[in-house]
Amino acid sequence: MAAKKSAKPNVSKDELLYHYREMLLIRRFEEKAGQLYGMGLIGGFCHLYIGQEAVVVGLEAAAEEGDKRVTSYRDHGHMLACGMDPKGIMAELTGREGGFSKGKGGSMHMFSKEKHFYGGHGIVAAQVPIGAGLAFADKYLGNDRVTFAYFGDGAANQGQVYETYNMAELWDLPVIFVIENNQYAMGTSVKRSTKSPSLWERGAAYGIPGEEVDGMDVLKVKAAGEKAIAHCRAGKGPYILEVMTYRYRGHSMSDPAKYRTRDEVQKMRDERDPIESVRQMLLTGKHASEEDLKSIDKEIKAIVNEAAEFSKESPEPALEELWTDIYAEA
Amino acid sequence: MATEILMPALSPTMEEGTLAKWLVKEGDTITSGMILAEIETDKATMEFEAVDEGVMGKFIVAEGSEGVKVNSPIAVLLEEGEDASAVPAAQAAAVEEAAPAGSSDGSAPAPASVPAAPIESKAVEPDVPEGTEFKQQTVREALRDAMAEEMRNDETVYLMGEEVAEYQGAYKVSQGLLDEFGAKRVIDTPITEHGFAGIAVGASFGGLRPIVEFMTFNFAMQAIDQIINSAAKTLYMSGGQMGAPMVFRGPNGAAARVGAQHSQDYAAWYSHIPGLKVVQPYSAMDAKGLLKTAIRDPNPVIFLENEILYGQSFDVPVLDDFTIPFGKARIWREGSDVTIISFGIGMKYALEAADKLAEEGISAEVLDLRTLRPIDYGAIIASVQKTNRVVTVEEGFPVASMGNHISAYIMTHAFDYLDAPVLNCTGKDVLMPYAANLEKHALTSTAEVIDAVKQVTYR
Repeated sequence: MAAKKSAKPNVSKDELLYHYREMLLIRRFEEKAGQLYGMGLIGGFCHLYIGQEAVVVGLEAAAEEGDKRVTSYRDHGHMLACGMDPKGIMAELTGREGGFSKGKGGSMHMFSKEKHFYGGHGIVAAQVPIGAGLAFADKYLGNDRVTFAYFGDGAANQGQVYETYNMAELWDLPVIFVIENNQYAMGTSVKRSTKSPSLWERGAAYGIPGEEVDGMDVLKVKAAGEKAIAHCRAGKGPYILEVMTYRYRGHSMSDPAKYRTRDEVQKMRDERDPIESVRQMLLTGKHASEEDLKSIDKEIKAIVNEAAEFSKESPEPALEELWTDIYAEA
Repeated sequence: MATEILMPALSPTMEEGTLAKWLVKEGDTITSGMILAEIETDKATMEFEAVDEGVMGKFIVAEGSEGVKVNSPIAVLLEEGEDASAVPAAQAAAVEEAAPAGSSDGSAPAPASVPAAPIESKAVEPDVPEGTEFKQQTVREALRDAMAEEMRNDETVYLMGEEVAEYQGAYKVSQGLLDEFGAKRVIDTPITEHGFAGIAVGASFGGLRPIVEFMTFNFAMQAIDQIINSAAKTLYMSGGQMGAPMVFRGPNGAAARVGAQHSQDYAAWYSHIPGLKVVQPYSAMDAKGLLKTAIRDPNPVIFLENEILYGQSFDVPVLDDFTIPFGKARIWREGSDVTIISFGIGMKYALEAADKLAEEGISAEVLDLRTLRPIDYGAIIASVQKTNRVVTVEEGFPVASMGNHISAYIMTHAFDYLDAPVLNCTGKDVLMPYAANLEKHALTSTAEVIDAVKQVTYR
């Protein structure tokens, strides 16, 4: 706990630099993943997190050691933000032995017990009750931990979300439901999916408090996360954060994104980019010079390149791996 | 005219019960809706209300009587002014038949058409130490004891499901657990199978060992995504980092007269999935030993029980810590002419058929698979090599059934040992009807098993 706290001191400059670095790592990593996908090194589905970086970075900045997280298939950002090794993530994307799941999970299915990352789930909304279950275990075991259960605006219409809301509040489970509202469930906009004016307010039907958060502003996300965590740790049960965000890329690599205009995306990038706004804060506040930021960019690029190299060099899993991990040894 | 009051059936599977207490006296005026008596089924104590009006003439069954058969007369209701002595003697005689607990259903054994030397069946004793004491226990009690013992051993084991706590279990399997372990570990859920199955999967990732009770496995279809996509697949998808050590249990298959949506055997469905273990016990002993193993197993286990078997009694060893390993079939009786392979309630037909076949001089070996994943292929092949003929018995649908799989396995691995095609006795390829006569025909039966055995033995 202490180690992670000292890495994120409550000093404005250091904090801004920390956010900048973390968000940039996700962006550069995802750009590289997109590139490797284009080269045929990554197969199947690959859902990029570009544009949404402030959500996980802000919330992870509020979390403490031992807190848990679980999310959907758009999971690369969550894994990087909770400290999983970029090499292991990229090597999983390329389906190699050095990947977090030894190449058997892929982009959508990765886990890390060490970092308390419980997946990586490919079925829309399945992670929501699982997140509540992790919180159930913490409460049962008397751990003072909270769980972040991330899901999108699309998943927010699944029935199991509301089954989970009901039980989470009934049993006062320490779970934060994070709705990452990037405004499109694959190609269907929120407006075409529901007449609910907001998604977080649906929690009111179960007695769960919540709020809408500007997901393009990492500081606001962090502040909201701290408030939600305090609510959970005080034993008051679950909390909902509807984080308004935007994905710049298609739903997956194979999505041409014809359901929105190029202008809409460009406007978001120009006016609301979460990384650019922290960059401006650093520069205008004279916390960092262009040179300083350039050297951070260079560092990040090196980390990502190293991950990409590792993901190419790591061998494919041995054929025997086909038959392992189906059952745990009794 | 005197009216007989009959022992009521208070659940779809109730065959007999205890008349715990009369709440009226002889000579009382009875009005419709009055509570006449308390009747205990094996699941619950129920109040029994009057339908007809009159004067309580005579109790035929005294309070405290056990094993009173459904539909046997328990009292006589008189019309105003009628005399109790008017009750015909024949009615009183019916009581004696009803009174002894566990008496047969009264049907005389059919004489064997061909007198043949009866075959000595050699029951194969299960793996318990020499001199182990046994006690009679119902499947229901055995399951409860298994859970209680494992909950005492391991603080992380807990039970969740609909009506498992305060109601003491919809089928009374969890009776007494709330009292012993408290509301933290015996948890009533709302009716929300998908949600609580998912919460239990998450809890298992988080270090607990959940037992999820489905009121019946029919309702588990609401939760099947969590069972298969989350519980069964995570160990593999995580490269062995984390899995779901948990048990999904509850009654499976047909009960009695509950129609298509409540009468399905899921043995073949779950056995299809790598990552799941699947258990379907027949006896109380196996129910106990296998459930304890299931709770300790680090993988998700589907534990398929049967409502009709819950109330049936078997010998259960009196041992402090009795477990049965997965993947080990039990030979219930040895035989030389044919092997009948079954599991769960199918064993009832298999054993009855073997008894009747023995009277006709056909020696059937009866193999209870007990676990369907892992399956004891070694025991199957060994028995095929011995008898060269096989009939499988299960209640599930015929297409892609366990019997189909076993047949294919035998064909591939023991083709040269077969003297006849393997026959599968299954439920019919129809949905479960409600009408009693149709339901009976939709299920497999002892007669069908006997016919199948005669076909494969060319008799």
